[in-house]
Amino acid sequence: MIHFVLLFSRQGKVRLTKWYSPYSQKERTKVIRELSGLILPRGPKLCHFVEWRGFKVVYRRYASLYFCMCINQDDNELEILEIIHLFVEVLDRYFGSVCELDLIFNFHKAYFILDELLIAGELQESSKKTVARLIAAQDSLVETAKEEASSISNIIVQATK
Amino acid sequence: MNPFSSGTRLRDMIRAIRACKTAAEERAVVRKESAAIRAAVGESDNEYRHRNLAKLMFIHMLGYPTHFGQMECLKLIAASGFPEKRIGYLGLMLLLDERQEVLMLVTNSLKQDLNHSNQYIVGLALCALGNICSAEMARDLAPEVERLLQFRDPNVRKKAALCSIRIIKKVPDLAENFMNPAASLLKEKHHGVLLTGLQLCTDLCKVSEEALEYFRKKCTESVVKALKDVANSPYAPEYDISGITDPFLHIRLLRFLRILGHGDADASDCMNDILAQVATKTESNKNAGNAILYECVETIMSIEDNSGLRVLAINILGRFLSNRDNNIRYVALNMLMRAITVDAQAVQRHRATILECVKDSDASIRKRALELLYLLVNESNVKSLTKELIEHLEVSEQEFKGDLTAKICSIIEKFSTEKIWYIDQMLKVLSEAGNFVKDEVWHALIVVISNASDLHGYTVRSLYKAVQTSGEQESLVRVAVWCIGEYGEMLVNSTGMLDIEEPITVTESDAVDVIEISLKNHTSDLTTRAMCLIALLKLSSRFPACSQRIKDIVVQNKGSLVLELQQRSIEFNSIIEKHQNIRSLLVERMPVLDEATYSGKRAGSLSATIPTSNGAAINLPNGVAKPTAAPLVDLLDLSSDDAPAPSSSGSDFLHDLLGVDLSPAPSQSGTSQAQKSGTDVLLDLLSIGTPPAQSSSFSSDILSTSQDNTTSSGNLQRLSSPSTPSAQISSAGGGSPIMDLLDGFAPNPATSDTNGPAYPSVVAFESSSLKILFNFSKPPGNPQTTTIQATFTNNSPNTFTDFIFQAAVPKFLQLHLDPASSNTLPESGNGSITQDMRVTNSQHGKKSLVMRIRISYKVDSKDILEEGQINNFPRGL
Repeated sequence: MIHFVLLFSRQGKVRLTKWYSPYSQKERTKVIRELSGLILPRGPKLCHFVEWRGFKVVYRRYASLYFCMCINQDDNELEILEIIHLFVEVLDRYFGSVCELDLIFNFHKAYFILDELLIAGELQESSKKTVARLIAAQDSLVETAKEEASSISNIIVQATK
Repeated sequence: MNPFSSGTRLRDMIRAIRACKTAAEERAVVRKESAAIRAAVGESDNEYRHRNLAKLMFIHMLGYPTHFGQMECLKLIAASGFPEKRIGYLGLMLLLDERQEVLMLVTNSLKQDLNHSNQYIVGLALCALGNICSAEMARDLAPEVERLLQFRDPNVRKKAALCSIRIIKKVPDLAENFMNPAASLLKEKHHGVLLTGLQLCTDLCKVSEEALEYFRKKCTESVVKALKDVANSPYAPEYDISGITDPFLHIRLLRFLRILGHGDADASDCMNDILAQVATKTESNKNAGNAILYECVETIMSIEDNSGLRVLAINILGRFLSNRDNNIRYVALNMLMRAITVDAQAVQRHRATILECVKDSDASIRKRALELLYLLVNESNVKSLTKELIEHLEVSEQEFKGDLTAKICSIIEKFSTEKIWYIDQMLKVLSEAGNFVKDEVWHALIVVISNASDLHGYTVRSLYKAVQTSGEQESLVRVAVWCIGEYGEMLVNSTGMLDIEEPITVTESDAVDVIEISLKNHTSDLTTRAMCLIALLKLSSRFPACSQRIKDIVVQNKGSLVLELQQRSIEFNSIIEKHQNIRSLLVERMPVLDEATYSGKRAGSLSATIPTSNGAAINLPNGVAKPTAAPLVDLLDLSSDDAPAPSSSGSDFLHDLLGVDLSPAPSQSGTSQAQKSGTDVLLDLLSIGTPPAQSSSFSSDILSTSQDNTTSSGNLQRLSSPSTPSAQISSAGGGSPIMDLLDGFAPNPATSDTNGPAYPSVVAFESSSLKILFNFSKPPGNPQTTTIQATFTNNSPNTFTDFIFQAAVPKFLQLHLDPASSNTLPESGNGSITQDMRVTNSQHGKKSLVMRIRISYKVDSKDILEEGQINNFPRGL
């Protein structure tokens, strides 16, 4: 089971956090600080796993961003690397060659995508296409709702003229 | 419109925050935004609610407080539109967790949304429920989720499956409701549903034995078939990852098979073929393939024995281990650790490679490799491995030295067959990484040295040489100081030369130099300095020529701010100065330390420690032991819920720990401890003896200074308290000459008939089986102190063993417990245990005594703990 997902930048700035096990706000800050301190200094050739508080943290670096997932001792680390990559590929497909700025300004979109990939710390879908389709469908629902709202308000505005 | 709520757009806020150059600027921007959002919350502004929540989420991610937005999430979720719900659920999952009470309020909205006609809204609700639901919510909403497992749309079914996992983890009783629907998910073709269904089944098996049996019977064949299908499936672009169709599905199928096959020969048989196929056919040049192989190896190791498959698995691990990718090597080490229980011989073949991994530059790999290597050590390879590890100790990184040292020491202790090898290796470790060596380790070394009588000379000379080059390693210095103190003359006279030794010339003053340097070294801590003083005292008798110089060094510490050192130096000085005649007797060599007692005590203290969360659950005999402060802490800390340390030496420990025997001995000499009291006085003298008048301030000082090295000082006292010679002296000379030693400090020897006024005895504690009687007496001239003799009687028909009495008192009291007369209490009142304690009441005349007690013992090897409070002390104590 994945206990949490963390994204932080080379400078240690948090870009996304998702907690599947309960951690209080205070613990969360501490976890992030500890892990960025543990992971950021590691060289590029080293393995992508760090042992931490009896868990394993699997991380992978994409450009300036570190994607980390915390798992149990007996989980499959190599598979987590693939899950991270799957997430990145879906992000990439959605934003069109994703960069850190996309994730900053559209952080909620990144969360929506993550929620289509993982629930309760487990993988829910292995097809990038399906995830993309589901996200697109929900985005269009939002768009339609917005259009309706604006058209109604237009009507009201016009009516009150 | 509210002037605040219009505010900035989300994008603008993020931009403003990013433009901040300093943390203070950022805080100011966030404060302003938070204030605006709070105002909007107060106005219950509908139009911008979702934008405000999005802002809050961003602020939350930066680590600022956002609790005031929690209710906004609920309002958005309760709204009717999809956009509001989408952002509302996201906020709910980010800003809240299962422990917040607010979460309960969302249960009803969740229930409605789970029954919503829009499948995406159902999906949102399932996602939120799966990520943060609490046990109560799980119970309330389980029927809805169970129903959704059969929903027409596969995307809802897969979400419901994962949501069910959370539910059964929170409420395992619900597992049986999910067994049937979960089994039917396994028949699906949709990868998402199959993937999540397998996960659900795996987790069901973990919480319910019944589910495991059910799936084993019904699904083993279909899961095997599913694995066959996916392993042999043609290229499928949608699921392809570097040439393999859906590795995630592979992995989950293999994992489920592992659970089904574990402990069941039939099920294991059924999956042999496909496992062999996966193990041989999977491409291993990409991570995805390796992830599958890794899972496959683990499954082969877990299912029932099939030697052919195991060979295959071990070969895969061998390939992994020689892979150049660090990730693969890491998982190989990880898996070999598990394989060791299955086939230790096969793992031994990779020993050389594993040893190389210990020297790797990657900390994660090093750690794994060291743990694995530790398991591989046996009698035949211990010497070469230890040599390699110690050599590596020299070049290893600082942060790795602690782990490495602990493991090496543990290996040496566990496998040493001859003392000279043990001593040699330990000296090497101490010289390289003495500062990382735990106290227990060097204590044990001293015990071994003390027992190796033919090696005393060799050891002290080796230590002398080692200290010259590695004087900065504190524990090496301690051992050297102790040995020079004990065996100094062997160092100077080169007694007991071994053939392998190179002769060295050391003069008496060279030996004293070593100790003087250590004593004056500013990095030496209290323990080391105290040991130095004792060594000096011993040397003053062994090297009469240096006696004056030693005296000068000792005198320099008379003004030490550390009470311990001050006291030692004053007392030792008076021994050197005024008591030439008995000095040599006093400082005779320590009698051989009893290895059995020591290891027994150690075992006692070790058993109180929690085993480390080591994957293979190996309880390390050293290195991981926490300092044995437990008995003391336990005693002093009334609120502590820890079970009392099960060491029969509990009170001994305290005794050692305090190192102070406060007994005004002669006045007591009529008691059952007559022959002991003499020893106690002498023990006072050599360790930290203190006259009762000073006791209160002193013992509190020791308590505070010895927090960190309780064990060390405890053992130090034991090491420094001679038992045999002291008994001789006390029996020969009685109390008086020793009392003289204390010069003006000692209380006047009192005779037993001048005891203070008599106080009535009280029954301090009485249960159906155990009775405790307290007798009181007061030493004359010291009204604050009360001597209590506790008598324990056992009225039950069973004998109590490992009987330990512990007591604790409020701050205004000082308590000292003497060792009990025995730790076995015979049945039916056929005998009793007595134990003396002394209480000093700093508020004498104002407050009366009060005490909490705890008694632990074993009846028929069952632990029993009794507690109580004593308020019925006679007044005026």
